[in-house]
Order: sequence, then structure tokens, then C-alpha cells
Amino acid sequence: MNNAAPNYFNEMLHGAEVRQAYQSLERWHRDMPDDLRSLKQSEAEALFRRVGITFAVYGEGGDPERLIPFDMFPRVFTAAEWRKLEKGIRQRAMALNAFIADVYDRGEIIRAGIIPEHLVTRNDAYEIAMVGIRPPRNVWSHIVGIDLVRTGPDQFYVLEDNCRTPSGVSYMLQNREIMMRMFPQLFHENRIAPVDGYADLLKKTLASVAPQKCSGDPTVVILTPGQFNSAYYEHSFLADLMGVELVEGQDLFVEGDFVWMRTTEGPRKVDVIYRRLDDAFIDPLCFRPDSMLGVPGLMNVYRSGGVSICSAPGAGVADDKAIYTYVPEMIRFYLGEAPILENVPTWQCAKKDDLKYVLENLGELVVKEVHGSGGYGMLVGPKSTKSQIEAFRSKIEEKPWNYIAQPTLALSSCPTFVDEGIAPRHVDLRPYCLVGEKVELVPGGLTRVALTEGSLVVNSSQGGGVKDTWVLAE
Amino acid sequence: MKLHIRHVTHYKFDTPVKRLIQSHRLTPADHEGQKVLEWSVSCEGAIRGSSFLSGAGDYTETVCVQGPAEDIEIVVEGTVETQDCAGVLRGHREKVLPSAYLRPTQQTQPDAAIRSLAETAVEGLDVSAGLDRAHALAAAVNDAIAYVSGETEPATTAAEALAGGKGVCQDHTHVLMSAARWVDMPARYVTGYLYSDANGQAHGESHAWAELYVDGLGWVGFDAANRCCPNDLYVRLGSGLDAQDAAPIRGLIEGQATEDLTAKVVVTDVAQQQ
Repeated sequence: MNNAAPNYFNEMLHGAEVRQAYQSLERWHRDMPDDLRSLKQSEAEALFRRVGITFAVYGEGGDPERLIPFDMFPRVFTAAEWRKLEKGIRQRAMALNAFIADVYDRGEIIRAGIIPEHLVTRNDAYEIAMVGIRPPRNVWSHIVGIDLVRTGPDQFYVLEDNCRTPSGVSYMLQNREIMMRMFPQLFHENRIAPVDGYADLLKKTLASVAPQKCSGDPTVVILTPGQFNSAYYEHSFLADLMGVELVEGQDLFVEGDFVWMRTTEGPRKVDVIYRRLDDAFIDPLCFRPDSMLGVPGLMNVYRSGGVSICSAPGAGVADDKAIYTYVPEMIRFYLGEAPILENVPTWQCAKKDDLKYVLENLGELVVKEVHGSGGYGMLVGPKSTKSQIEAFRSKIEEKPWNYIAQPTLALSSCPTFVDEGIAPRHVDLRPYCLVGEKVELVPGGLTRVALTEGSLVVNSSQGGGVKDTWVLAE
Repeated sequence: MKLHIRHVTHYKFDTPVKRLIQSHRLTPADHEGQKVLEWSVSCEGAIRGSSFLSGAGDYTETVCVQGPAEDIEIVVEGTVETQDCAGVLRGHREKVLPSAYLRPTQQTQPDAAIRSLAETAVEGLDVSAGLDRAHALAAAVNDAIAYVSGETEPATTAAEALAGGKGVCQDHTHVLMSAARWVDMPARYVTGYLYSDANGQAHGESHAWAELYVDGLGWVGFDAANRCCPNDLYVRLGSGLDAQDAAPIRGLIEGQATEDLTAKVVVTDVAQQQ
């Protein structure tokens, strides 16, 4: 993407001046001898290898066994910055949940003419089997991962919402753990808000959505597709931290009104299933009949109120690229509030005025196919030749409804260790919002960093790494 | 009419199975065209889960049998009072938006022949004339596929059925649904029972037909295999995006057994019995 972008926001430096939030880290880095640095870097790698952490961000694919590069230079938010982000994330998570609940109920937002019906009902993630179901507390997406980028001191944009089973939280936790082991003094010198409460909060959230038929302490399990899944490490890591069973489909069975877990002491009733398995595979009697990974009959127990599934099947209807553009409208409609976090401005070529703007500004925009993915069929204006732009112009003119356009974003940068010392590299952020009886999030998230100079692509499959993310305490 | 239905499904396994689990949609729901007077679904030795009414208005229930079991019999029996509503489904309790039934499934994916059949059938008919379009589509499907059993299988796709030109009610229904969705008319697969077909022949099996959504009228049934709309000879059980999705019984066995399945449906007119 746009390598030149000279006006991107540098999170540490304002001209020659070091911003307050980074002052202690800047000293830390300056005082660190070169040999210590390389020693620590290999120590970090050894630690990651020892715990065996591997993961692929949702839908990203790539080699599942690869270690994701860890950069030791933390990314920092001030308490004030985080306050705003946190508020915006909670707001978004609540609106997304209200939307999912609505589209499987009366569909008020469709009736009000705010979101076109076909975007909901013709969405592949929309499940007819969920219509009329009301999950406990009417929560549908219990773990909402919101991908954010920063473009200025006070300017954040949401790139994408993840309402199904966002992954990567184990990295958030491990990055912190490893930083604390390697550089304990940093955590004495700085007041950094802890993230290690995540597992407790997750367990509380899951327990809080136990079905009504559950009396007493709910039994929570994590349902994994198995050890060949790219996020298996994360599944077992979270199960360990929460002290709950990690199960595969074959460990569970349905009988009568409930789901049961096979144990050495006989069957044990399961109340809440945090599933890390896609909708299509969770129950061969309801969805894909050839799935060997799910639990036959699970959906009937769920739909009759005998068990909770987190996230609810069909929750993905809210995190589609086309629905994304309507999230600010959802916030206004369901919460009656102004959106705190902004969407990346998106022009829909299906709309006449938008189309005119897009065609006049092709050189500066990123144009994507509405249902495209992985950068296929995409125009990056600033990096394209005149003839490429003209060729794309005729494609848009032919099928305008098939395209959306966005500005080329200047992602903020954060200092990152490179061979010559430190250098600015572009970063994004995925915080994890937990929705149950309460809406909670730990201060922080997963920071992904584009390790290649000038690159704006933070995906681990394309040379991205991760960083510890600090939120400074007040 | 007052129709009495007895539907027996028998599974015989060559080696005993450890466990069997099924999801049933074997209980009809009331609507203007049918009132359930009595109904029972029984399966000896089964553990049953609580029944619920789905968003599409179908009673759904889980049944589980702990083995070892060599054969299992499911007996559905009941009486339904039916009325001829000319195929129009009124008073059916459901919440799913009709446009959700526009999505094609693997079995109902339209090919060039289905698209062409659909476009030819509705040619010259305005979109506002939904009922005329639906009738034209159903007639075109009936013309294109002869009712011949044994030529197709449960896994036959709509495109394959049309290409072969022969099939049974499932095939007519899939082709009609595929064609209707192609011209933006929501369509769904409906399962149920039929007293006798258009020729007065008793129907010894479960039956299937399509419902198409006509603006202003709602869901209207079309039995393309019999070139008619369901009337008081029909009892409606449940619906779905295709035959597999709508199946009255979806099940799995634990164990390596091969099953031998026989199903028998007897529909009688209570008035004639007395």
C-alpha cells in the first residue's frame, strides 16, 4: 500500500519530542545494551516455543505451526485514550448484540428501512434455525473482537467487527506474561493496567449466560474442532486458565433435555458451551450432515433452552462487510447514542452520489468487491498505474453495485526493534469485549505490527508480528 | 375432510447399534387449512427431549435410543381436520422473513436449463402478478418432468432432475424452488401427507411440495408433481430450504451398522371408515 504516506501518526514521537506515554520506554530502549537486546529477543522466542503458542487470526489461514514474531517494544495507550476506546468498544458490542437479537426476532431495523432486508436474510451467516430463539440475557455474541486502527492523536477507526469466535486473545495474555518475565523492572517503574483478569472475566461471562434450566453452579466447557485446528493452542490455553474442560464433539452427547459430557465418573450435564467451531459444523442434525466435529442434537437442546452456545449460531450476520457500513446506524437506532468510534468512511458504488465521487477520485481510494476477500479484485489507487485505474473504472461502471471504496488509511506507527535499533512500524489493535450479565473488557488487546518497512499489512500471513499492549493506569 | 394418518418408519440394522439420535419434525401445526385433532409420535424405549416450535412454525423434538438396538420403529398416528384453502397457507404461526428462502442450496442451485425454464415461464408476466407467475412456473416444471419413480435418488439435484426429465415429488419440488428463486420468488420445501393424488390413487408414502411466497397473499403451496395446489387432501408437516433441510427425520447412529429402512404411510378418510 502507500509506502510514502509521510503524514502517518507516530505514536511515540511528535517531531523530535517523545510523547509522555512513551518516555519511560524510550529511556529503557536507549539504556539497553545491544547484546542484552539480542539475548532477550532469543529468550522471548525460546519462551514462545516452549509454550508452543501458534495461532492464525480468524479467516486468515496460513501455516498454523508457524511462530508469530514477537516484538519486545510495547505499544502504549494512556488512561485517557483507553477510556474513550473502551467506551466506544462497549457501545459497539452492545449495538451489534442488539442488532443480532433484532434480526432473529421482529427485525425492527429492517421495518424502519434502515438496513435493507436482503443484506440480512440473504447473508450466508443468517441462520433460519435461530429465528424466534431468545438466548439467555438475549446475548448473541459473547466475545466481540473489534479491529481498530489509529490515524491521529484522537482518531481511531474500526476496520472490522468479529462477532463469532475471534481468536488471538492467548497472544494478548502471553505477550504480557513474557514481557513481565523478561523485564520485571519495567512493570515496577510503570503503572500498567493488568490483563491477567481476562480468564476470570471470560468464565464469569460464560457462567452468567447459563440457561434457565440450570440450577446451581453452571458447568462450562470449551468445544474445539481438535488439535489440528490452527487455534488449538488457544483453546487449551483458555480452558486451562479458566479451569474448565476442553472437549471435542465426541466427548459430548445429547440425551433428553440436556447435553452431557462423558467423564470417568459417568455423564455430567453441560450448561454452557464456548464453541470454537463454525456454525456449519456444530450439529449434523441441524446444519452440515457430514460434520464429524459437532454434537448431534445440540441445536434442539439449545433451542429448547437446555444449554447455552457461545457465541450463538447465526451471530456472524452482524460482522459481514456489507453490514459493517451500517453499524453507526445500529448504534443510533438501538442505543439512541452517537457512535463513539468511527467506521472507515465507505462509499457504496450502488449509490449514485457515492459512485460519482469514487469515479472522480479513483487515484486516492481503495476499491473492493462487496463480497470479495483476501485482496482479490481490489484496486489500490495510490499504487496503481493510470491504465490499471482506467481498466478498473470500466469494471465499476459496468457493475457499480459490486463495489465499495474506502480512503487509503495512514495507519499509526509504533517503535519496533529492527537490526539498526528501533524504527516506526504500522500497527493495529484487536481488543476483546465480553458480553454477558455485564459488558466488560480488560485494558488492552492484541497489537499486530507490520514488520516490513512501509507495509500497512499487519496480517501474520504477510510478515506481521505482535506486541504487548499497555494501558497506563491513572 | 377428516384424515387419519398412520406413518410407520422401521429401521433394521445388520449389527446392533450403540446409540441412535434423531431430530423429528413429525407433528403438524395448525393453520386455517388443517386442525390437528389428535396426534402421537411413539418410539419404544426412546428417551425424548422437550419439544419446541421453531421460528418456521414446525414442532421439533429430539429422540434418542440407547443401544444395543437391532431395530427401531417410529410410529406416527393422528387425525387432522382439513379444509381446502386453494393452497394458501393462512394462520400458520411463523416468524421467518420470506426473503430468507431466496438462497439457493447445493441441491437447488439453478443451472442454465433451470434459469431458462424460469425465465420462459414468467415471460410477459408482470412482477406484480405473483400468483400467475407462480402458477406458470409450477406448470412449466410439471411439463418438463414426467412422474417416474426409481429414476432419481434422494441426492439428485434439481439440475440433474430437469436434465433427466423424470422424477418424483422431491425432484419436481426442487426444480420448482430453484426456478422460483431465480426469478426472485422465495420458495421452500414442504413435507407432509397426501390422501390421494390427482388420479385418485392412494399415496403410500410421505409427500413433498413447494411453497412459493406471493406478495399480498403469502405462502402458497404448489404440488408440481400433481399439477395442483394442496387442498383438503393434504396434511402439512414442516418446511426447509431443500429436502434435506426439511426432512421430517434427521438422524445419526453410533456404530458401524448398515440400516435397512422401510416406511409406510396410510392415509384414510375418517368419514368413509365410519
